[in-house]
Amino acid sequence: MVSRTTDDYQAMAIAGCEAICEPAFWAGFDRSSAQGFHDYYRQLTEYEPQRAAKFGIKHFCWLCINPKEAEDSGFAREVMAIIPEFLDAPTVLGIGEIGLNKNTISELTIFEEHVAIAQKHDLPILIHTPHLEDKLKGTRLIIDALKNAKVDPSKVIIDHVEEHTAGMVLDAGFWAGMTLYPESKCTLPRAVDILENFGMENIWMNSACDWGISDPLAVAKCMQEMKKRQHSQETIHKVVYDNPVKFLSQSPNFSL
Amino acid sequence: MPSKQDILDLYFMDARCKLIDIAAFLDRMDRFDGDADYRFNGFHEALDAMLKPGEQSRAQAVLNTLSDQTVEPIPKAIIQGAFGAPNKQAGN
Repeated sequence: MVSRTTDDYQAMAIAGCEAICEPAFWAGFDRSSAQGFHDYYRQLTEYEPQRAAKFGIKHFCWLCINPKEAEDSGFAREVMAIIPEFLDAPTVLGIGEIGLNKNTISELTIFEEHVAIAQKHDLPILIHTPHLEDKLKGTRLIIDALKNAKVDPSKVIIDHVEEHTAGMVLDAGFWAGMTLYPESKCTLPRAVDILENFGMENIWMNSACDWGISDPLAVAKCMQEMKKRQHSQETIHKVVYDNPVKFLSQSPNFSL
Repeated sequence: MPSKQDILDLYFMDARCKLIDIAAFLDRMDRFDGDADYRFNGFHEALDAMLKPGEQSRAQAVLNTLSDQTVEPIPKAIIQGAFGAPNKQAGN
């Protein structure tokens, strides 16, 4: 939400949104210093919760250095060194969104080091999978790395799944997330297709709310899409509310 | 559960519109000069995969065709973004 106007908080509140879980992500440009991330983590843990609270919405966050800025492993480690100082903040859920972008050796190393931080602090993990042609390979590399690290898959959600990756994520015991976009990636009808094909267990959907073309009301609109497909209110509630609450409740800081 | 008629009522017009968009895109590529690149080859391969998906769903067949099928991490990123189709000549 750091990229969004306050109008979006208002619209989400009117749409019935109770909580926002904002991952640390790429801001559309590379930050030039670890201090820039320190400021960003303060924004996520101090400022955004206050902004959301004005609309009755609880704001939580995930912390990491995102994979797009993790190619320089020395810089990434400098940033990762400041993460523990924020882990005790009352709205931090866990480590995320870590993952891969271009599936490089350095990205994979930094991903594994983030996983180690989560394991050390017994926190859930939110994982970003690469986009477009890089997603399939990246998802496979991520699953292999998590298995090698012997991570409890029930504490990991692998996000941005699409039709070709949802099955491998769920079959390996991880949670799957679908990030909804108005264009270019997972659309509302396709998200409902994925739910119908892969089931309603251990899966959630989230609205992309970043600096690009994205829609904070995408989840609310997808609820309407499910309704048009004749899914029951119980099923819709399970996917958009019960499932996220079940996963997020593994974080000691999550409560509604 | 919706019927096939329900699905047609919900999505036919949208799918029709997107199908014509694809046809117009292919016409547009024919109309202009210059060389296409790996993305256009990938697009054609994905169209073929959609029509002959085999054991996969059509969406899976298209996505898999437009995916990098290599398995090893690459030494270094030279860009941050993605192009939507694998550049097989570049090794992905």
